[in-house]
Amino acid sequence: MTEARTEARTEARKRDSLAIGAVRRDFAPWLDPHAKPLIRFDQVTKRFGDFVAVDNLTLHIYEREFFCLLGPSGCGKTTLMRMLAGFEEPTQGKIVLGDQVVSGIPPHRRPVNMMFQSYALFPHMNVEKNIAFGLVQDGLPKQEIADRVAEILRLVQLTPFARRKPDQLSGGQRQRVALARALVKRPKVLLLDEPLGALDKKLREETQFELMDLQVNLGMTFLVVTHDQEEAMTMADRIAVMDRGTIRQIAPPGQVYEQPASRYVAEFIGDVNIIEGRIAASDAGRLRIARTDGEGELAIEAPPGVATQTGQEIAVALRPEKLVLHREPPAGAQNLLSGEIWDIGYLGDWTIYLVKLASGQIVRVSRANASRFVEQPLTWDDKVHITFAPEAGVLLTQ
Amino acid sequence: MSDNALPATQTPETAPFSRTPRLLRAVVPALPFLWLLIFFLTPFAIVFRMSLSQPATAQPPYTPVIDWAQGLAGLWAALGELNIDNFLLLADDYLYVASAFSSLRMAAVSTLLLLLIGFPMAYAMAKAPENRRPVLLVLVILPFWTSFLIRVYAWIGILKPEGLLNTVLISLGLIDQPLQIVNTDIAIFIGVVYCYLPFMVLPLYATLEKMDWTLIEAAQDLGCPPWRAFWRITVPLALPGIAAGALLCFIPIVGEYVIPELLGGPDSLMIGKTLSDEFFKNRDWPLASAVAVVLLIIVVGPVMVYRELETRRLEKAR
Ligand SMILES: Nc1ncnc2c1ncn2[C@@H]1O[C@H](COP(=O)(O)OP(=O)(O)OP(=O)(O)O)[C@@H](O)[C@H]1O
Ligand SMILES: [Mg+2]
Repeated sequence: MTEARTEARTEARKRDSLAIGAVRRDFAPWLDPHAKPLIRFDQVTKRFGDFVAVDNLTLHIYEREFFCLLGPSGCGKTTLMRMLAGFEEPTQGKIVLGDQVVSGIPPHRRPVNMMFQSYALFPHMNVEKNIAFGLVQDGLPKQEIADRVAEILRLVQLTPFARRKPDQLSGGQRQRVALARALVKRPKVLLLDEPLGALDKKLREETQFELMDLQVNLGMTFLVVTHDQEEAMTMADRIAVMDRGTIRQIAPPGQVYEQPASRYVAEFIGDVNIIEGRIAASDAGRLRIARTDGEGELAIEAPPGVATQTGQEIAVALRPEKLVLHREPPAGAQNLLSGEIWDIGYLGDWTIYLVKLASGQIVRVSRANASRFVEQPLTWDDKVHITFAPEAGVLLTQ
Repeated sequence: MSDNALPATQTPETAPFSRTPRLLRAVVPALPFLWLLIFFLTPFAIVFRMSLSQPATAQPPYTPVIDWAQGLAGLWAALGELNIDNFLLLADDYLYVASAFSSLRMAAVSTLLLLLIGFPMAYAMAKAPENRRPVLLVLVILPFWTSFLIRVYAWIGILKPEGLLNTVLISLGLIDQPLQIVNTDIAIFIGVVYCYLPFMVLPLYATLEKMDWTLIEAAQDLGCPPWRAFWRITVPLALPGIAAGALLCFIPIVGEYVIPELLGGPDSLMIGKTLSDEFFKNRDWPLASAVAVVLLIIVVGPVMVYRELETRRLEKAR
């Protein structure tokens, strides 16, 4: 079944690529200076009393984009969506949808549907009626409503539960009803506030791919909030990392992960080791970093387009999977961190080693368990040496 | 200490402390029944018996009287003389049927008016900022601080021809003859709605206050205009409160005596007034008792219907 679906997806992508003249991975309207965004937040500020929930935020989202908002609890993700859906008016700034400034348009006239974080299912209606509600409002013919509801029920695997009331469903089932209710209207823009948080891993992954298919097939624009960065990585065309009402970085998943713009983003997305230092020298695109803990120097590649100067305090971000563990210090290593194994976490596919450096800093190294048996496995208190390539380290100036 | 070192008597069922709760568990549910038995069923049995008797110029003013001196034989003799003549008389006499219907109509219209006035009030209260709600709640209950009778008398003062309302209207030049309001059905409606409003507002407020307003947002988000969202979401979810408020008002209004007596005219027909007339003016205790029994049946009817609907709703939800 999964294979069939993968095939369907590939087909859909192909069709899509024919339609827009490019394969999906080249879908990058944000790079095109002439592309017109579908959704524009222009210097939007939202205050609740003295509290600034959204702080002078500018954000452009393009048609057919799958856009993820990522950020810690309370950073203003839901507030941003509620302003777009029409439940809150911005204190300052404007929101443009298509060609229209949306302020003053009531929620029921906006071509936007939202899936609420709290689901907001109607307790007095069964699953079917809940899902049909939006279609009934549009005055669609009865038969079409029935067909579309049945179709979406199948998609979220809730057909046997069609006649149940929301309080007779599990948390994950309720979440899928909420998702179905928002999806079934096929709006131009779909806002999903934590759409998959309550699902188990397997169902979540399946639903992620379903969402991506739907989005491509129906040509919808998705704005999705999630706490799960793997989910964001899987689904999004671009990710915005938010922090206290502002956006710290907007970029495609790979870029957010491999080229975080700041220490905040690096630490928020995935696991990262931060080594602090000062730029000691710079030549031919290589930087020599004097470590703050005095344990030597690191060599990393200078990132293009970032102005650096000798003596500047910086940080180097190192992803655990880009570090290599050795029992003996390899000869000629440019970057060497030495310490002993402090803790080991076996995850099945990966093993995480926590290495304690002489300075006391703990460095996280992950290693794929490529073979089933290892002679002389590394164990607690073993002396180890970590090396990494110059291009593995990311220079962070903020 | 290991598990099996515990003495067997210390298991939860037989532990000494669980005895009292068990006794309580048996007694507590019985208490309301005991209460009903002593203060409702017994008096009702007496009234019901009396409704099957005949009036008499005696003390007590009805026959038969059970002659307890003859023991069981006296009881049987008295029971044999009981009959349903009073009920036949009620069904026969236009006055009684009309007063029953007029009471029902009065109660139904008043309940509707109460709902129309009470719902917006309760809605506004539930939507008010949280810190202001206790004050609003107190304001709703505040009239109870003064005597019910005084408040009804006050309405006479306001509504009578030379009263406050007419004086104001005349001095504003809106009317030149005082309106005749006192001693009409309008005055009864005013009095009833005024007096029963808290009983409508409080249960409505209790349900609306618990209402999840994001549901309204969700409805609007799905393309439902606010007014329709009100009918499709708010009202259905407030139904338990509407039913509770309606019953809480309808039932006592059917039997309402004081307000029609004070504000209504001599020809306003209410079953409560009829009952009192039979009892005190005509001293026909058996007939008055029959009216009381009929009143009870009229009033219990809606409660039964409500209970039935409620159980069906709960069963369906399961
Ligand atoms: N109506 C409101 N009145 C006052 N403060 C509010 C209101 N709505 C949101 N806030 C505040 O604004 C901030 C942002 O809230 P928001 O719901 O957007 O967070 P979020 O990013 O969605 O968080 P989460 O991931 O926990 O859902 C929070 O600190 C919240 O307390
Ligand atoms: Mg939120």
